[in-house]
Amino acid sequence: MCEAYFPVDSGLGLEENFLSLDDILMSQEKLPGRAESALPRLAFALGPAAGTGDSIPEGSKLEIPLWLAKGLHDSKRRIISVELPKIYKEAWRTVFSADASVVDLHKMGPYYYGFGSQLLNFDNPENPEIAQTILQTFISRFRGIMDSSQNAYNEDTSALVARLDELERALFRAGQKGLNDFQCWEKGQASQITVSSLVQNYGKRKFADMDG
Amino acid sequence: ERNQADVSEAKSGRTDLIFLIRFRHCCLLRNQRCLLAYLYDRLLRIRALRWEYGSVLPSTIQFHMSAEEVEWFNQYKKSLATYMRSVGGEEGLDLTQDIKPPKSLYIEVRCLRDYGEFEIDDGTTILLKKNSQHFLPRWKCEQLIRQGVLEHILS
Repeated sequence: MCEAYFPVDSGLGLEENFLSLDDILMSQEKLPGRAESALPRLAFALGPAAGTGDSIPEGSKLEIPLWLAKGLHDSKRRIISVELPKIYKEAWRTVFSADASVVDLHKMGPYYYGFGSQLLNFDNPENPEIAQTILQTFISRFRGIMDSSQNAYNEDTSALVARLDELERALFRAGQKGLNDFQCWEKGQASQITVSSLVQNYGKRKFADMDG
Repeated sequence: ERNQADVSEAKSGRTDLIFLIRFRHCCLLRNQRCLLAYLYDRLLRIRALRWEYGSVLPSTIQFHMSAEEVEWFNQYKKSLATYMRSVGGEEGLDLTQDIKPPKSLYIEVRCLRDYGEFEIDDGTTILLKKNSQHFLPRWKCEQLIRQGVLEHILS
């Protein structure tokens, strides 16, 4: 049961981990924004919504990925101004405060917590409320995740996991792993030397023909 | 190269091109980050292979590793071996053995595929054919079990 492969975790709070694959996927999510000033020659990259000419006129709406928003944003805000995506706005915030456990967080963008933490990097007057909402949502959903992960042994968990975002899924998997290890120990299988999962995966894959 | 052409244009006075340069710079940084993360993840998996598979990698895996990765693996093996030698007294301690606490010296194993001949400490050779069962000392078979050749049977 001991694994030797430890991938890089996501960063905590406002910073991302440079080498974390989860953070890279998370920063690919798009944000709505507006061009603050005319952007010459960028029309090819930022999509057909940005206008037909060679340059993007001032004030046009853009959908940019987070990594680009972080790079182009600076405190003087000459280039891009960022708006909050729907789920971090007032309306959804009240939904979360009412009852967070019924919301399908996977559909709302599978990186709710991570993306929300990164949004706090941009100056926005609603930042404290956003932070509070994210925290409260996590607290109210955590109990449910913990219970379901510790009690679903040898079952199909796809129904339970479908509504969780990535951070919660990682927690769920950790809980399941703990449960499985414990059951294994109870059955006396803990001392059985097993094939590592890496080796099993290599065995299953068909390798390309080496002569080719 | 396009970025450099724009940089020289910007320096000569067109300040509105700064956004374009910044944009391209962000893209370059992003590509660099993705590449580095991919290569680093590969290294982490290769390191895990040393612990889980043993010191000789099968040729199918080596085929997929670049020359630098093979070099890195050999260096890692050497550092690990030096460390293990320095740890446990005069002979050293093999940290990759006994990952789970052992219950007995000899274990019952069943062979999962044909491996060939296998020699144990007192000189006898055992022919490992598919589905044959043997009662062997633990430290000899541990690596073969982890590689998937043998299967540990609990009585």
